[in-house]
Amino acid sequence: MRFQDLQGLAALCIREGLPIHRLMLEEQARESGRTVRQEKMKMTDYYRVMKEAVRRGLTEDTRSRSGLTGNDAKQVEALRESGAGMLGPLGDKALAYALAVSEVNASMGRIIATPTAGSCGVIPGVFVSAQEEFGWSDERMTEGLFTAGALGYVIANRSFVSGAEGGCQAEIGSAVAMAAGALAELRGGTPEQAVHAVGLALKNSLGLVCDPVGGLVEVPCIVRNGFGAVSAITAAQMALAGVRSAIPSDEVIEAMREVGGAMPDKYRETARGGLAATKTGKRIMEELHPRRHAKREEAAASDEDGTGQGASDKDAP
Amino acid sequence: MRFKDVFSIIGPGMIGPSSSHTAGAVRIGRVARELLGSQPERVVIRLYRSFADTYRGHGTDVALAAGLLGWDTDHDGIPQALVAAEQAGMELSFVPKPDNVPHPNTAALQMHGGGRELLVTGTSIGGGNIAIVGIDEFDVRFSGSFPTLVLRHADRIGLLADVTRLLSAARLNIGQMNVDRTSRSGAALTVVETDGPLPRDLVRSIARLEGVSEVRKIDLTKRRRRT
Repeated sequence: MRFQDLQGLAALCIREGLPIHRLMLEEQARESGRTVRQEKMKMTDYYRVMKEAVRRGLTEDTRSRSGLTGNDAKQVEALRESGAGMLGPLGDKALAYALAVSEVNASMGRIIATPTAGSCGVIPGVFVSAQEEFGWSDERMTEGLFTAGALGYVIANRSFVSGAEGGCQAEIGSAVAMAAGALAELRGGTPEQAVHAVGLALKNSLGLVCDPVGGLVEVPCIVRNGFGAVSAITAAQMALAGVRSAIPSDEVIEAMREVGGAMPDKYRETARGGLAATKTGKRIMEELHPRRHAKREEAAASDEDGTGQGASDKDAP
Repeated sequence: MRFKDVFSIIGPGMIGPSSSHTAGAVRIGRVARELLGSQPERVVIRLYRSFADTYRGHGTDVALAAGLLGWDTDHDGIPQALVAAEQAGMELSFVPKPDNVPHPNTAALQMHGGGRELLVTGTSIGGGNIAIVGIDEFDVRFSGSFPTLVLRHADRIGLLADVTRLLSAARLNIGQMNVDRTSRSGAALTVVETDGPLPRDLVRSIARLEGVSEVRKIDLTKRRRRT
């Protein structure tokens, strides 16, 4: 790729008179050695999977294997359909759709990682709702995914996108930033405005820890996807209005890396801190894996020869 | 750059719930199987840090089983992969380890099969992307996102030149390459990532080179049947 940071990306777009999505598409084809058409088709397939996940989450049973979550999106959608929604037509749908996709993920359904599975609801939530509200074609939405991907590419390489490395800010935060920048461009914003949307969005999730209850991508991940979709719209709206990120977006990404690097292990997807370590969080963990902690101790003691014979838990429920 | 392209950010298409703990684990399992060269009969899988803490909830166990079966990240059978592995004659055991390894999501797969043993260590770096960091006692680093050759060979002068000559004759560009050896003039292992698919006769010619004892080809870009 010819860009390594967001400033460089925007500068390249301005110099070549291209929107971010077009520049990304051409760079992608160059990187992969495949044609622009092939790469677009792959992304179109991905968008189809996203729309299908929204549909499934709103119509099928999404109770997770743990029984901890599922079917909340349908309730939120029912409230919207009753006319009682409070976020406006776009926000109402984005919230329901993001929850829907995230619940499909938690129930081991098919999704597209954007950038991760834990944050897979944000982009489809924003994209599918915006497509319906603004009457955009699938082709246009596919272009938007290239914009989101370009922004995410910079974030992932200059910071991180996994909760285990950088906490939830790296997952939901990155997804919100990507969705915000893409929506800003889809709505006619300049590359610079899209980049400001990224900085504005990321600032709102700095420090967010990854504390999955029972180690599952359910609580609080699913609702954070719902919140994330709404935040992305908020950031895009500010950027389109001309609000700028006073701290340049590349520096906000640096800050995310610094904060994530300083996070103790217990806040990085280990299910040992935050909500996972609350009284109820621990009780849920206990109910889910009654033998787990005992097993870990046993494994540590019996596996000194490295064979693992004493600790097979293949037969565990 | 750790993430090479737009589809390492948007994607992969996958069965949930976690890109690092589920999709990444599928890929680690699949690379391990391809490195062994056949389906293993028995695998002891050691899990470290976040993998050790949350593997059950994230389906890391079913995902590694799916990968060892040779499945892709969006295979519908993933939730039932442990049963499928058992039916396919694979005996798997999972051992969460308390040791502090450098990367939070690490799995070490000790495989037995076809009269061979092989240890493959992989880490899941986020968004379904992986890095294979160890093969037996050798340190390596590759992602499986490109057609990859893994060679075991004698540490002799000119061997790598022979390999690269064959690659360039086949008009293949090398994207990344790493070499590790047990000792000077001892056993060596070389990993070569290429920009294009690796034809079978090229792999055969490399295998025939003097001093090359084994060649494995890994290519996760090839799609497998979904169900």
